[in-house]
Amino acid sequence: MRTLTRHRLFWPIAALVALVVINTLSRPSFLSVTVNDGELYGSLIDILRNSAPLMLVGIGMTLVIATRGIDLSVGAIIAISGAVALSYIANSGSPESLVTVATGIGLGIGVSLVLGLWNGFLVSVIGIQPIIATLVLMLAGRGIAMLITQGQITTITSGPYDFIASGYVFGLPVPFYISVVAVVAAALLVRRTAFGVLLEAVGINPAASRLAGIKSRGIIWIVYGFSGLLAGAAGIIYSSNISAADANNAGLNVEVDAILAVVIGGTSLAGGKFMLSGTVIGVLIIQTLTATVTFLGVPPAVTPLFKAIVVIVVCLLQSPKVRQLLTKRRKPTPRAERTETVKVSAAA
Amino acid sequence: MFADEPVVQMQGVSVDFGGVRALDSVSFRMFPGEIHSLIGENGAGKSTLIKALTGVQSISAGTIRVRGEQTAFTSPADAQRLGIQTVYQEMDLLPNLSVAENIMLGRERHGRFGINWKLMEADAERALDELGLDLDPRSALGTHSLAEQQLVAIARALAARAKILILDEPTSSLDQNEVSELFRVLHSLRESGVAVLFISHFLDQVYEVSDRLTILRDGRSVGEFLTSDILRIDVVSRMTGTRTRGLPSPLVADGGAELSAGAARPFFRAHHVGVNGAIAPFDLQVGEGEVIGIAGLLGSGRSELVRLLSGVERSDSGEIEIDEKRVRLRSPASALSQGVAYSSDNRAVEGIIGDFSIAENILLALQAERGWLRRLPKQHRDELVQSYMTALDIRPADPEALVKTLSGGNQQKVLLARWLALAPRLLVLDEPTRGIDMATKAEIQRLIAELAANGMSVIFISAEFRELVGLSDRIGVMRDGRLEVVLENDDLSEDRLLAIIAYGSQAGAGDDAESDER
Ligand SMILES: Nc1ncnc2c1ncn2[C@@H]1O[C@H](COP(=O)(O)OP(=O)(O)OP(=O)(O)O)[C@@H](O)[C@H]1O
Ligand SMILES: [Mg+2]
Repeated sequence: MRTLTRHRLFWPIAALVALVVINTLSRPSFLSVTVNDGELYGSLIDILRNSAPLMLVGIGMTLVIATRGIDLSVGAIIAISGAVALSYIANSGSPESLVTVATGIGLGIGVSLVLGLWNGFLVSVIGIQPIIATLVLMLAGRGIAMLITQGQITTITSGPYDFIASGYVFGLPVPFYISVVAVVAAALLVRRTAFGVLLEAVGINPAASRLAGIKSRGIIWIVYGFSGLLAGAAGIIYSSNISAADANNAGLNVEVDAILAVVIGGTSLAGGKFMLSGTVIGVLIIQTLTATVTFLGVPPAVTPLFKAIVVIVVCLLQSPKVRQLLTKRRKPTPRAERTETVKVSAAA
Repeated sequence: MFADEPVVQMQGVSVDFGGVRALDSVSFRMFPGEIHSLIGENGAGKSTLIKALTGVQSISAGTIRVRGEQTAFTSPADAQRLGIQTVYQEMDLLPNLSVAENIMLGRERHGRFGINWKLMEADAERALDELGLDLDPRSALGTHSLAEQQLVAIARALAARAKILILDEPTSSLDQNEVSELFRVLHSLRESGVAVLFISHFLDQVYEVSDRLTILRDGRSVGEFLTSDILRIDVVSRMTGTRTRGLPSPLVADGGAELSAGAARPFFRAHHVGVNGAIAPFDLQVGEGEVIGIAGLLGSGRSELVRLLSGVERSDSGEIEIDEKRVRLRSPASALSQGVAYSSDNRAVEGIIGDFSIAENILLALQAERGWLRRLPKQHRDELVQSYMTALDIRPADPEALVKTLSGGNQQKVLLARWLALAPRLLVLDEPTRGIDMATKAEIQRLIAELAANGMSVIFISAEFRELVGLSDRIGVMRDGRLEVVLENDDLSEDRLLAIIAYGSQAGAGDDAESDER
């Protein structure tokens, strides 16, 4: 039991299970999954589906945080990505065409990648503090999205585009697959290559990493680019979900949720060691929490308070100090045995 | 000589880290007015014993009494309140604050309008004077060399006028002058009844300064002796257990002579490399397989010099040629790609990645050199790590152990392994054997000589004359930011070296004959 509670993912998973239990108790149908036309429906499926944008952003945020950075611009990039894709599709005259939709998506994600690289440039080449560097885009980004959509909420009717957020493949929603692909791709990138190790080294001790010959500039640049790219993909899902590009509200506050998810997942804001699996759990916790709050009929204005409470509890349980307090209680010292060894060693 | 009542009495003290028992029922005592040395190999538990005594580390068994009272310190602040001042092995000062602030932190002098900076600076200056240290109290601590920072930490402990003073490897990067200054101060503290706990891997220092010694081996105490009652050879055999008989031969049989500089083809040339106002332009050539020692006092610019050669710092003037081709060493990475590796003396800040395992730390530079896309194959990794861990006797022998949990000396060995794994053409080492125990030190020195014999060139800084003279083909002497002279090391004596360091290359030229004894 002790070793189990020591596991780094124990408390995040426990929190997730607790949330599921609370939901089930107050609404037994929470766990039920119905099959309709070979497609799965239910609250759990909704959570998987709706968590996709946050999942993408959370993964990028995890890597950025591991370098001692932070990316505040993800929400704005979501808005820009959706605006670019939808403006292109809306103006193309053939919104149902697969090519058009694919081009729109490519443009949206491409622009997002460029924006991410811009952040990376400011941080790694110019040396601006990450919080400031990404704040620039966070503030300017929605203005840019607004310019692209010319101040309107661009809407489209496009079957292929709708499919991204509401489609089903093999009985499961498409966004779920996108999440899985993103998580697997990121995991392969960081753990199959040496990227993750070098990234963590830079996050833990930049000076020592420099002397070891690690070119942190390139690594940091890649990480911000990756975060931008993922935010762009999230923007596509988000705009597909509402079939509209909303420059003001798309991805609003997502950076906060993403940072929370990363922290809940056990990656320290101080940088260094990171855990993608933790972030995945963290994202599911946040998403389940959102669903819970909605179901319980808590006014949306109070939602942040609930999130704050969960975050505090999980973080407290993870802190070494609190753990020490919890484990210190019971720790008998085998005294008799000890005195034995002393005598032996003294005699030897 | 000794008061009968010990000021510190630890009985049956054990410390556990997870499943690892770092201290096993150790008993230890200190008397007022005595200097007590704690000795043992790397990882024996010396630092752990100190941390247990001062409340940094909680104990799992045993009792600790300070001045007769049983204590249960939970923080170093508690210990300070009872008059225990400690200089820990890993520096815990604040590099961004001034020297004076670091010395006086926690003991600020208050005047009518808040803190009285004048008084504080005066106090700090007095503390520095006591150690014969000439530093501007207002300068930021981080701008000084590691050795100077170490002295500031000692000054801070002295300024508190403690009854019990604990120094964990205070002399590891000091040279002879500073060591004697320190010993002078310790002796006068002893006269005034202070109990001093002193840790060092230098047996000479232990014998020079201490009245009593306690030997630790593998977390157990293997005896307490009056220094005058025990022979060095017995101390060593108790420290190492049955592993060695006799004193480890301090150095390679004949360091210099063998490969003389003239014979070796110089492949690395520095012409007029310098930094305005800090390092006067200098020339230096390094031959293949040549070992060059760099000597110099504190603040002489010895570290700065080698940092210019290895791309860590950039020069304002001059150029560097490798194989007759001009190269720009813009960064450590670019130097590494030219086969020049640099190991810093500041292992906590510029060396280890604390949250990484031993294996990850050893492989880091190699992986960085290959780039992130080409990950080292697992089998290759395991073999490399295993061979260096065995060669350098890194303990614990678990490659997955986090480096931050290793003893200081073992961390240093991990770093050496990291650079050696690169198989550089030129290895630049700033105090490579700092904090390493005698047996391993001899082992590392032997290794350096062997690598040099196989064609690797080495530039190393050392505060230890014996090491310099024993290992180098040539010795460069730094004085006031100037590479004063590069001497051929044929029968160079430690005394002659000392004279040149102290008085310049003109001095000591005549009295070469008389300085041959050692
Ligand atoms: N936080 C920790 N977690 C696990 N093991 C630890 C920790 N701190 C120390 N140890 C282990 O305890 C043992 C004793 O370490 P300690 O630092 O006391 O050695 P030392 O005698 O001071 O050696 P050195 O001469 O190298 O400084 C070592 O084996 C070390 O690996
Ligand atoms: Mg130690």
